[in-house]
Amino acid sequence: MEKIGAILVIGGGIAGIQTAIDLADSGYKVYLAESTTSIGGVMSQLDKTFPTNDCAICILAPKLVQTGRHENIDILINSSIEKIEGTPGNFNVDLTQRTLLLDHNKCTGCGLCAQECPIEAIDFFNEKLSNIAAISVKFPQAVPLVFSINKEKCIGCGICKGICKAKAIDYELQNELISLNVGAVVLAIGFDEYDPTPLTQFGYGKHLNVITSIEFERILSASGPHSGLIIRPSDGIIPKKIAFLHCIGSRDRKHRIEYCSSVCCMYTAKEAVIAKEHMNIIEPTIFTMDVRAYGKDFDKYIERAKDEYGVRYIRRRISSIKEIPESKDLKVYYETGNGKIIEEIFNLVVLSVGMQPNHKAKELARKLNIQLNEYGFCKTETFAPVETSRPGFYVCGAFAAPKDIPETVIEASAAAGCVNVLLSEARNKLVSKKELPVELDVSNQPPRIGVFICHCGINIGGVVNVPSVVEYVKTLPDVVYAEDNLYTCSADTQTNIKEKIEKNQLNRVIVASCTPRTHEPLFQATIREVGLNKYLFEMVNIRDQCSWVHMHEPEEATAKAKDLLRMSVAKASQLIPLQEQEITVINKGLIIGGGVSGMSAALNLASQGFEVFLIEKEEILGGFANKIYRTLENDDIQEYLKDLIKNIENNQLIQVFKKAKINSISGYIGNFTTNVTYGNNNKNVDLEHGIIIVATGAKEYQPKEYNYGKDQRIIPQTEFENILFTTDKVKTLNSIVMIQCVGSRNEEHPYCSRVCCSEAIKNALKAKEINPNIEIMILYRDIRTYGFKEKYYNLARENRVIFIRFDEKNPPELNIKNKNLKILINAQDLGELEINPDLIVLSTGLVAPIKENEDLAKMLKVPLNEDKFFLEAHVKLRPIDFATDGIYLCGCAHSPKDLRESIAQSNGAAAQAVKILSAEKIVTSGLVATVIEENCIGCGSCLEVCQFNAIELIKTERTFEDITMTIKKSHVNPALCKGCGTCGVQCPNSTIIIKHFGFEQINAMISALLVQD
Amino acid sequence: MSVLISKEKKVKNKEFHPNILCFCCNWCSYAGADLAGVSRFQYPSTIRIVRVMCSGRVDPSFILEAFKDGIDGVIVTGCHIGDCHYLKGNEFARDRFERFQKTLKLFNLDKRFRLEWVSASEGKRFAEIITEFTNQIKELGPLRLI
Ligand code: FES
Repeated sequence: MEKIGAILVIGGGIAGIQTAIDLADSGYKVYLAESTTSIGGVMSQLDKTFPTNDCAICILAPKLVQTGRHENIDILINSSIEKIEGTPGNFNVDLTQRTLLLDHNKCTGCGLCAQECPIEAIDFFNEKLSNIAAISVKFPQAVPLVFSINKEKCIGCGICKGICKAKAIDYELQNELISLNVGAVVLAIGFDEYDPTPLTQFGYGKHLNVITSIEFERILSASGPHSGLIIRPSDGIIPKKIAFLHCIGSRDRKHRIEYCSSVCCMYTAKEAVIAKEHMNIIEPTIFTMDVRAYGKDFDKYIERAKDEYGVRYIRRRISSIKEIPESKDLKVYYETGNGKIIEEIFNLVVLSVGMQPNHKAKELARKLNIQLNEYGFCKTETFAPVETSRPGFYVCGAFAAPKDIPETVIEASAAAGCVNVLLSEARNKLVSKKELPVELDVSNQPPRIGVFICHCGINIGGVVNVPSVVEYVKTLPDVVYAEDNLYTCSADTQTNIKEKIEKNQLNRVIVASCTPRTHEPLFQATIREVGLNKYLFEMVNIRDQCSWVHMHEPEEATAKAKDLLRMSVAKASQLIPLQEQEITVINKGLIIGGGVSGMSAALNLASQGFEVFLIEKEEILGGFANKIYRTLENDDIQEYLKDLIKNIENNQLIQVFKKAKINSISGYIGNFTTNVTYGNNNKNVDLEHGIIIVATGAKEYQPKEYNYGKDQRIIPQTEFENILFTTDKVKTLNSIVMIQCVGSRNEEHPYCSRVCCSEAIKNALKAKEINPNIEIMILYRDIRTYGFKEKYYNLARENRVIFIRFDEKNPPELNIKNKNLKILINAQDLGELEINPDLIVLSTGLVAPIKENEDLAKMLKVPLNEDKFFLEAHVKLRPIDFATDGIYLCGCAHSPKDLRESIAQSNGAAAQAVKILSAEKIVTSGLVATVIEENCIGCGSCLEVCQFNAIELIKTERTFEDITMTIKKSHVNPALCKGCGTCGVQCPNSTIIIKHFGFEQINAMISALLVQD
Repeated sequence: MSVLISKEKKVKNKEFHPNILCFCCNWCSYAGADLAGVSRFQYPSTIRIVRVMCSGRVDPSFILEAFKDGIDGVIVTGCHIGDCHYLKGNEFARDRFERFQKTLKLFNLDKRFRLEWVSASEGKRFAEIITEFTNQIKELGPLRLI
C-alpha cells in the first residue's frame, strides 16, 4: 500500500511539539491533536526549570509560536481520537473536535469577552487556585490563542456574543468529526500528577496548607494566582517554614505505585531554591529517602541548593501531619535513626507528587490496540525505546515512563527519527512551502523605529520600571512607536507587532526582553511576515543584563535598560536589509564513534538512503557495550550487539573506518570535509559530508581508591560482570561488598554516573541467582534506581541483598590484615560496622575521555562542560544539537546514560541530521563580510586571517591609456563566510563591511552609551 | 529626560559610578553573561554590553572612540583561546590588543582597558570579572582627557 507522508501526533505537550516540529521540518505533514484548548502541556504551567533555572515559559513560548506558525503543522485542539485503522505507512484516523462554542478560525484572542463575562469558573491551568471567566483562554501565551466557553458554567446570557467584534461566538456550533489519512502515529499524551487525597496521613484536601508541588509551582509563577507572591492558602500569609515531602505517589508499594517518578527530587530542589529566591525569609526543608540527582549537572544543583540557598535536607519519610487548628500551621512527625519521634512545625507543606499514567491512557490503549506495561504506562522495549507494541505507532515522553524535559525532548526527536525510517519514501509529498510577502524596499526610507518592551511576567517588570522605559524610548530620535507587553514573545503579541508595523509603517523593529540567542529568530520571522527584511531587527537583553543581575537596584536596572535601548535605537537607525545565500548540501553523514549510539544513528540514516561514514578508533565496533552482558531488565546485550554490528557491516551505504583517527575537520553545515587516517596501514582519506554526529561515548573510571590494581580481590563492576556471566567463581564465594560512587560525586568528578546503582543491583541479583547463599552488601550514598528500575532495587532487597548507606564525608575504609579484606564503614543508622568480604566490587563511574574530547571539541569548534562531556546547545530544549549548525550529539558523549537512553538519543540525533540531509539546499545567514572593491588595495591581509578560506584575491586586467596592469581585489564568498568580522579589523584600509556589525552600527552604539547633555 | 538619568545617578551615588563599555562575542561571553543572569549572579550595573559575533570583530578604533566620548573603561570579552567559534578570532584579538595596550599606555589609558575570556558556562566568572574591573575603574576615578 502507498505510504502517506503525514503523521498524527497525539498530545501537544513538549513531547508532541518537538516531534511535530522535527517531522514538519523534514518534509512531512503533521496533525497535532491536543485534548485541551492549547498546546504546551505541563511545561507551560511550570515556573522555572532545573538545573539552569531557566524560566519555563520563556524557553517554551518560542517553540509554541514556531509550532503554531509552521506551514506543515495543523493543530487540532480540543480533540479526541475515535479510532485508527490501517497498516504501518497508511492509517485512517477518525477524531472528534469538540466544539468551543466559538469559531476558532475567527477568534482573535482579544479577550474582550472574558472581561465582560459575568460568570466565574475555576481556572484549571492555575490548579484550581483561582477563578476565571466562563469564557476564557487556557494561559496568556496559549497557541492557538483562542477562547472557549465552559459549557457547564455558561448561562447563555449572550453578552460575549454581542460584544465579539470578530463574530466568532456561536452557541449552536456542534462537535465535528474529522477523518485523516496518515502514515504513522506518535503517542505523546504525557502523564497526570498524582492526586494525594488517598494518603490520609498527610491531610491533603483537609488541611488548607498542605498543597501539591504543581500547585506550588503555580504559586511561584509570575503569571500564577498571586503573581509570583508566595502566600499560603489558609490566610494569605507568607509561609516562613516550608516542608517538602518527597515520594508522594512514588516508590510506594503499599499504594501499588512501585516505580520512582524520576523528576521529583530535582523539581523539589528547584522549587525550594526559587521560593528562597523570591522571598529570602523562607526556610525550605526537604524530607527525602534518596536524593536522585542522576542527570547531567543535577548533583551540582543539589549542592548549590544546600550550600548557597541553605535548603535543609532530612533523610526521613514523614509518618503523619497534624493541623494546629488556631494557626493552621502543620505539625510534622518523623522518626530519627534511633527510633525517636520528632515533631516539627511548618507553615506550609508541599507534597512532591509523582507522575501517574495519563487517566486517558487505558481507554486510548484499548481503542488503539496498544499494550501498556505493569504500571499503566506505554510498553516499550529496551532496544526500541520509542516503539509501541503496534507497528507504525510510536511513543515519546512521559507516556512511556516518568521523565524530565530534556529526556522527553530527546525521545520526541527519537520518535521522529523512527517515523523517518518508516516513511522516508513519502517525504515531501504532502507539504507546502510557506508563502511570504515580497520584501518591502525600505532602503531609501528614513528610519521609522518601533520598540516593544517586555515585562516577562515579573521577570523584568518586577525590577525594571518598564512603563518609564517606554516613555523614555518614545523621546529618542527615529522612534515612532513604543509599547510594553506582558510577554512580547506570546503568539498574540506577534500578531500585535505585525499590526503595529503596518499601522505605523515601521521599518526597523526593536524588542527589549531576554536574550537574542533564543528569541531573535522568532521576532525576525514575525517582521518578515509583514514584508520587512529580517535583519531590520535588533534585540536588547534587559532581563539577563538588567533585572536578573541587578535585582536589588531597581533604579540602576531601569537606568541601564534605558541606556541599552538608547544604544540599540542608535544602531537600528543604521540597519540595512541583508540578503541570504543558498547552498547545496552533501547528502552524507559522518558519525564519530562506533559504539551502540553511533551505530544506531548510522543505521537510522542509512535506512533512509543516506550514505554514512562511521569512524571508530578501536579495531572493533561496539564500544563500551562489549563489556556488558545484560541490562538490568535482563535483555541480552551481546545478542543485540552482534545483530547491530552485522547490520552495520552488511549495509552498503555505511562505510566503517576502524582504528581511525580524525586529523582535521573543515567546512560548514551541508559541506564538511574531514581528514581521517585509518586501518593498520594508516591510509588517509578526505571525506565529504553534510552533517556530523558525535557519539564518542565515555569510559570507565580507573580507580585510585581502595588499593585497586594491587589486589585481585578488588575489581570494578565490569570485571565482576564478566566473572558472573562467563565463570562459576561466584559459587565459591561467601560474601561480596560493593562500594558505590567510586570516582563519582566527588571533587574530581562532581556528577553522578547514573548507571552504577543499576549495574550493582543487576550484578547482585545475578550473583544471588548463581549462589543464593552468598552475602552481598551494597554500600551506597543514594540508591538512584529511577523510573521503573526501582522494581529491581526492591527485588534485590527481597533477595536479601543488604544496603548500607554511608555519608560522603565518611566513605568506607579498606584494611587488609593478614591477607584478609576488611571494610570499615560508618553506617548512618547502624553505627560503625566491620565487614570481611571475599571480594570487593567497585562501582566505578563513567568519565569523559578528556584528551580525546578536548581535541575533537577543538576541531569541531563546539564546547565541553566542566566535566569535559560535550555541551549541548541548550540543556533543556536542545539536548541533541550543538550551537554550531549541522553538528549533533548522542550517547554518553553527552553525559552518562544507559543503553535505552543512548539508543533514543541516537535516533533523535539522526532525526535532527535528516532535516539537513533531506534538504537539497539550505539557506545561510546574511551576516557576512563584503569588500568595497574600489578601495581594496589587494594587500591580502584579510586572506591571512580568514579561517574559512572564504576570501580570494581576484586578479583583473585594467588598461589605462596604453598601459595594462593586473590589479588584485579581495572577494568574499558569502557561502563560506561565517561573519566573524576578523577580516574587517585586519583590513588596513577599513574597506571590508561586516554586515550588521559594521563601523557605523557599532560606533553609533558607542556614542549613544553616554547621555549627551 | 536624558538629563534626568545623569542626575539620578549623581543623586543616588555620591560615589563614582563608572560607565563601562563591554564587548561580548555571541558564542561564549555573551552566553556567559546570560548565564550570570539566569543564575542571578549580581554584579555592578556599570557595564553596557555591545554584542558582536566574535572578539576578533572588535576594532581597536572602537576603544579609542569610547575613550574619546568619555567612557571610563572598556572591556572586551570572548571565548577562551582555542574555543573561538570562528577558530582563531580571539587569537587575533589577543595579538591586536597586546599591541594596542602599548599605545594605550602612552596615554595612560592602559589600566582602563581589559581583554578577558569567558565561556558559556562561566556565568559566575563573568559577574566576578565585571565586579573586579568596576572596582579597578573606581580606583582610577572618572576619565579626564586633556
Ligand atoms: S566567537 Fe567568541 S571569541 Fe570568537
